[in-house]
Amino acid sequence: MITKINPRKGWHFFTVEDFKELLQYKDLLYMLVGREISVLYKQTVFGFAWAIFRPLVQMVIFTFIFGKLVNMQSMIGTDVPYAVFSFTALVPWTYFAVALNSSTGSLIGNQQFFTKVYFPRMIIPITPIISKLLDFAIAFFILLVMLFAYGIVPNYQIVFLPLLVLLMMMTALGMSLWLSALAIQYRDVSQFMQFFAQLLMYAAPVIWPITLVPQGYRFVYGFYPMAGVIEGFRASLIGQSAMPWDMIGAGFITATILMITGVLYFRSRENVFADVV
Amino acid sequence: MSETYIKVDHLSKLYRLGVAEAMHDSLGAAIGAALKAPFKNFRKLQGLSDFKDKDDESVLWALRDVSFEVREGEVLGVVGKNGAGKSTLLKLLSRISLPSSGSIEISGRVVSLLEVGTGFHKELSGRENIYMNGTILGMTRKEIDRKFDEIVAFSGVERFIDTPVKRYSSGMQVRLAFSVAAHLEPEIMIIDEVLAVGDADFQKRCLGKMKDVSQQGRTVLFVSHNMQAVQSLCTRCIMMENGRLVMDGGTDEVINYYLSKQMTGGSMRVYETPTDAPGNQQIRLQRAIVYKNSSTPSDGQLLYVNDELVFEFAFWNYSPGVHANLSLVLNTVKGEVIFNVVTDDKPIGEGLHVARFQIPANLLNDNVYSIDLYFIKNLKETICLIENAVSFEVHDAPREKAWYGKWIGAIRPKLHITFEQESRL
Repeated sequence: MITKINPRKGWHFFTVEDFKELLQYKDLLYMLVGREISVLYKQTVFGFAWAIFRPLVQMVIFTFIFGKLVNMQSMIGTDVPYAVFSFTALVPWTYFAVALNSSTGSLIGNQQFFTKVYFPRMIIPITPIISKLLDFAIAFFILLVMLFAYGIVPNYQIVFLPLLVLLMMMTALGMSLWLSALAIQYRDVSQFMQFFAQLLMYAAPVIWPITLVPQGYRFVYGFYPMAGVIEGFRASLIGQSAMPWDMIGAGFITATILMITGVLYFRSRENVFADVV
Repeated sequence: MSETYIKVDHLSKLYRLGVAEAMHDSLGAAIGAALKAPFKNFRKLQGLSDFKDKDDESVLWALRDVSFEVREGEVLGVVGKNGAGKSTLLKLLSRISLPSSGSIEISGRVVSLLEVGTGFHKELSGRENIYMNGTILGMTRKEIDRKFDEIVAFSGVERFIDTPVKRYSSGMQVRLAFSVAAHLEPEIMIIDEVLAVGDADFQKRCLGKMKDVSQQGRTVLFVSHNMQAVQSLCTRCIMMENGRLVMDGGTDEVINYYLSKQMTGGSMRVYETPTDAPGNQQIRLQRAIVYKNSSTPSDGQLLYVNDELVFEFAFWNYSPGVHANLSLVLNTVKGEVIFNVVTDDKPIGEGLHVARFQIPANLLNDNVYSIDLYFIKNLKETICLIENAVSFEVHDAPREKAWYGKWIGAIRPKLHITFEQESRL
C-alpha cells in the first residue's frame, strides 16, 4: 500500500476510494457512537429520562401557550388533542434540532482527535446523527404510549415512517456537513445556530397546523424537508390525513442537494481543519 | 538494497501567525475600526487557510524545502529545538495536515503517537478505551479482540481494566495508551516524546518494544529532546532548524553538532565597549561568564549536571560613594525562579567591580537557565536591573542505569541516602 501526500487545492470529490476508506473505519464510527451514548448520561441522576423530558416539557409548555392561551386547538380543525398534535411533531423535531446542533459543533468539540491522528474526518459529524437516534427511539416510544392512552390508533401509513426517519437524518447530516466545516474556521456559526434553530422550528409546522399553508403552496413549502417529515409523522401516527407525498418528495430533493454539496464542501475543507482550529 | 519506505520531496508548509491589532487614538477611529472589523476579521479567518500573498509578514514557513528518505528497518531520529519544524513534519507524515507544496510518498501503514492516549475518554473504563483508542488508530474491533490480553499484560494495569480511566494515575494512562499503539504492528511508527513519562521499568519495555519493531524490518521515526534515548535507539538522525533540514547523518555526528549549536552566545558574554553593554548611567555590565570549574572559561563548552559551575559578573560603577549590594536571581527558561542570592551591602567606589560565586556539582537539574542581576542602593532602591545577564544550559550527564526519562524536580541534589535492613521478620 502506497500513500501519496500532496498539497490539495480546489474542490475535492467523494470517490470510491474515499467510501472504501470510510467503510474501513466503520468500527471507529461504532465506537464513537457507543461512547457518545454511554457518556452522555453518565453522572446524571435521571439518566435516559432526559431523552424523554425535553420533548415532554416542550409539549406541556406548547399545550399551555398555544393550546390554551392562543387557542391553536380550534385552528387544527380536528378533535385531536393539542398535546398529541404537538408531541407528534416534537419527537422528530427534537431529534433534528439536537442532532443538527451537536453535529455542527462536533468538529470543534473533537479537535483533540483530528489534530493528533488521521482518519476520515467525516466520521465526526456523522456520529451524532446516529447516536441521537437512541434519544429519538425513547421519545418515540413515549409517543406511542401517549397515542395509546388517548385511544388513537395509527393507520397503515405507519409503514412509511422509516422513509421519514431517513429524510430527517439526511437533512440533519447535509446541513451539519456544511455547518460543522464552516464552524471550525468561523466560530460565528455557533452564535448563529442559537437563533437559527429557533427560526427553523417556527418555520416548520411544529406548533401550528399545515392547514395554515394554502394548498397550492404546499409543494413549494415542502422543499423545507422538516415540513414533510412532520406532516408525514402526523399522517401516519394520528391517521387523520393522507401522506403528503408532494411535500416529502420535494423534501428529498432538498435533502439530496444538501448532502451532495455538503460532502463536497466538507471534503474540500477537511485538509485545513487541523491548521485553522 | 531495501525498498524506500518514506520519501519526502521538497516539502514546505506555511502557517498564518496572529498579527498585532492596530491601536486607535480617537473615538472616531475606534468606531470606524469597529464597523470595519467584521470585514477585517473575515479576511483574517479566511487567511488561516488561504495563502495568496506568501511574503506577508504574518506567514510562517514552518517547513521549507525539506527532502529526505527513510529506508525499511531504519530508526531515524529527528532532533532540533522547539519550533524547528519537527512537529510540523510529523503532522504531515501522519496525514493530520497537508503540505503547502512538495510531496510525501509512504509505503505501508503508518501509526503516529503524536500524543499518546488520543481518544481516551476519562469516563470510560480501561477496556472501553483500548477499543476506542485502537479503532481511532485504525485497528478493527476483531484485531483488538485478538490482541486484547497482550495489550493489557504489556500495560500492567490488569487490575484496573474495568475502572474509568479518570481514576488512573497519569503514568497508568500513558502505559495503557502506549501498549495499544505498540501492538498495532504498523510498518512505520512515528513517535514523539513518549518517553517523557512513565517509570524506569516501563521505559525499558518501551525501548525494547521499539527495538523489536525495528528489528522486524519496520521503520521508526523518533522525535525526542532526550539525546540519550535518541543515541541508544537511532541508526541515523536528521536535524531541523527554522523549518529547514540542516543535517542528515550518523546519530553521534548529528547529536554532537546539535548540542554544540545550542550553546551559542549564551554562557560567555564580554562587552568590549561600555555603550553596547546592558545597564544604565550608573551601572554597566562588562562581562558575564559561566564555566565549569574543571576548565578555563571558553565559549561553547557543555555544562553537565555533575559539573561545578563558576559564575563571574564584572560591572562598571559610575556613581561615586554609593552604598549598594548585588542580588542575583536564577530563572529557568520557563521563568520559574530557582533561587535568589544577595551580597552584603557595602560602599562601592567608581570603577570596575567583579562578583564571583559557584554552584556546586549535582545541584541544578538539566534545564536552560538565565540570571538576572539587581543592583540595590541602600537596601531599598533598585538602581539597575540587568535581565538575562547570562544564559546557559545544564545537560544531563550520562546515567549509569538504563533510564532515559526526564529527571523531575526544580533541583537535582545528590543526597546521601542510607538504606538498610532494620530487623528480620
